[in-house]
Amino acid sequence: MKSMKTFLSLILIVVLFSACQNSAKKTGESGGSSVSLTSAGATFPLPYYNLVFKNYAKETGVQVTYGGIGSGGGIRSLKDKVVDFGATDAYLNDDQLVEMPAEVVHIPTCMGAVVIAYNLPGVEELKLSDSLLEKIFMGEITRWNDPALKSNNEGVTLPDLEIVFVHRSDGSGTTHIFSDYMSKVSQKWADEVGAGKSLKWPVGMGAKGNPGVAGTISQTEGAIGYIGSEFAFAQKIQTAKVQNSSGEYIEPSIESISAAAQGDIPADTRVMVTNSDFPTAYPISGFTWIILYKEQAYDGRSEALARGTVEFLDWLVSEDAQAQAAKVNYAPLPEATVQKAKAILRSVTYNGEAILKE
Amino acid sequence: MNSDKITKAVLFSVSILILLLAAGMLYSLVGGSLPAFKTFGLRFIISGEWDPTYGREKYGALPFIVGTLITSFAALLISLPLSFSTSLFLGEYFRGTRVARILGILVDLLAGIPSIVYGLWGFYVLRPLLIDLGFGGQGFGIFTASLILAIMIIPYATSLSNEIIGMVPNDLKEAAYSLGATRLEVITTVTIPAARSGIIAGYILSFGRALGETMAVTMLIGNTNLVPDSLFDTGNTMASVIANQFGEADGLKLSSLIAIGLLLFLMTGVINAIGKLIIKKMN
Repeated sequence: MKSMKTFLSLILIVVLFSACQNSAKKTGESGGSSVSLTSAGATFPLPYYNLVFKNYAKETGVQVTYGGIGSGGGIRSLKDKVVDFGATDAYLNDDQLVEMPAEVVHIPTCMGAVVIAYNLPGVEELKLSDSLLEKIFMGEITRWNDPALKSNNEGVTLPDLEIVFVHRSDGSGTTHIFSDYMSKVSQKWADEVGAGKSLKWPVGMGAKGNPGVAGTISQTEGAIGYIGSEFAFAQKIQTAKVQNSSGEYIEPSIESISAAAQGDIPADTRVMVTNSDFPTAYPISGFTWIILYKEQAYDGRSEALARGTVEFLDWLVSEDAQAQAAKVNYAPLPEATVQKAKAILRSVTYNGEAILKE
Repeated sequence: MNSDKITKAVLFSVSILILLLAAGMLYSLVGGSLPAFKTFGLRFIISGEWDPTYGREKYGALPFIVGTLITSFAALLISLPLSFSTSLFLGEYFRGTRVARILGILVDLLAGIPSIVYGLWGFYVLRPLLIDLGFGGQGFGIFTASLILAIMIIPYATSLSNEIIGMVPNDLKEAAYSLGATRLEVITTVTIPAARSGIIAGYILSFGRALGETMAVTMLIGNTNLVPDSLFDTGNTMASVIANQFGEADGLKLSSLIAIGLLLFLMTGVINAIGKLIIKKMN
């Protein structure tokens, strides 16, 4: 008898809890402006998203929460339909697109780059060409006073130090952009290492995250490594000039990163803009994307929630939001890319009907 | 129902719950690692190849198994003389004195320091020191990681041995003294043999701690996914590679990381079982 009572009260508690949750969900979904959006993914654009998502909430009252759990996590979360949109630094390849339960579209949101940082006392400027990058990162040049390095950097006294390459030990979109660029400029790299979020490194040692790599470089004379531009700019880390495919040595900056997308971008924006041939482009640059389902009526999502999602993303690529990118050391999208992103957003539907009409 | 029965029922269900948790963990580890073992078979354990590049993925756990075992054994060896002397000092020579109390508190304090703090200290203090002393290259690697692990496990081995040594009955020791034994002879012939199993248990516990340590190791070992050539080479451990790579892993790579987790789980289990066996034999 007694156990029956406990059992019943347990059931009552469960019912009460689920009822509360249901009602909370309903109020969230109805009533236009009071929708709240959930998202998760890449850590690279996190500071930018934190800033603009907060500003959007101030302007419109729409709360957007973002969990910086990594690009892989962002893709998984969208696949499991636990978020309204995911975020990733690497676009989904064709295999990954097929694995998703429904058609997914990519919206580029801002640009970043990978900079080459080094620790050489007394060296103010370092110019690196394609072949030097290949030789350094494949382990063919092992000392800083190598003739090949010297001849490319006339007037700079390069010390007799061992080259210590510091790479990321964790999987990272930064590594993906870096290795994608290396694969484009070096056949040897493409054959032996390839491109990806984590790699089988020919030389060097790993450190965790941008702070880990930057910290190891700053503590190690003769170290060289790659760091996300947003972190390097914020920390004012000394960076090398990298030769782009027009032959120019380009210093990484907000402008030179944006310039990398001044070329042919496919309509679905799934492209790596590394090794851009635009004369002022910094060559190791890339987009970061938000991914969402093209058909927004799934899992009983309300139309208000679908509209809220798409309207928010439309704002995110607008001038209003893009102008804030540089404040947190990201590069805004060039106008042509913004137009492409807007066109994609206008193809997103609810029950087959476009959500954004104009 | 009387209170006795209720207590019994509560205790029983809590124990069952813990058992279920362990079983559930093992179950999900096995389930998650199946794709990796299906693809690579036993080669997963003996292969030193770790290539995560899309299109030619190949995963082998050997570099991490070797890295984990070497760092943990080296840490145990390095910490042994330090922690053993300290526990004798605390539990025998200066037992109950003010000095011993203060030292005991300090040793316990070492156990409470978070792993990341050890890592930072290793990175900014120990590593430059090793470079100055001329220990190979950039100060990152197996040796540095072992050193920091040794310091981290000292309190575990010390406090347990210290407790056990303190529990050796005074009657036994007094009997030895009355036969004219010196203090050293009492320690070697009475105290240590009587406390042996407890001391060994302490070292096994600390070895287990070294096996699973992650943060401090990651910051100092150099994180290269290759079987190390020497003590001063860079390497990686099982816990460290999981912590590093888990965030962005999917598919076969995720499964391989879970498989490494399963191997670590089993390794810890086997080592604990061996420890229990030794203790049983000695008693």
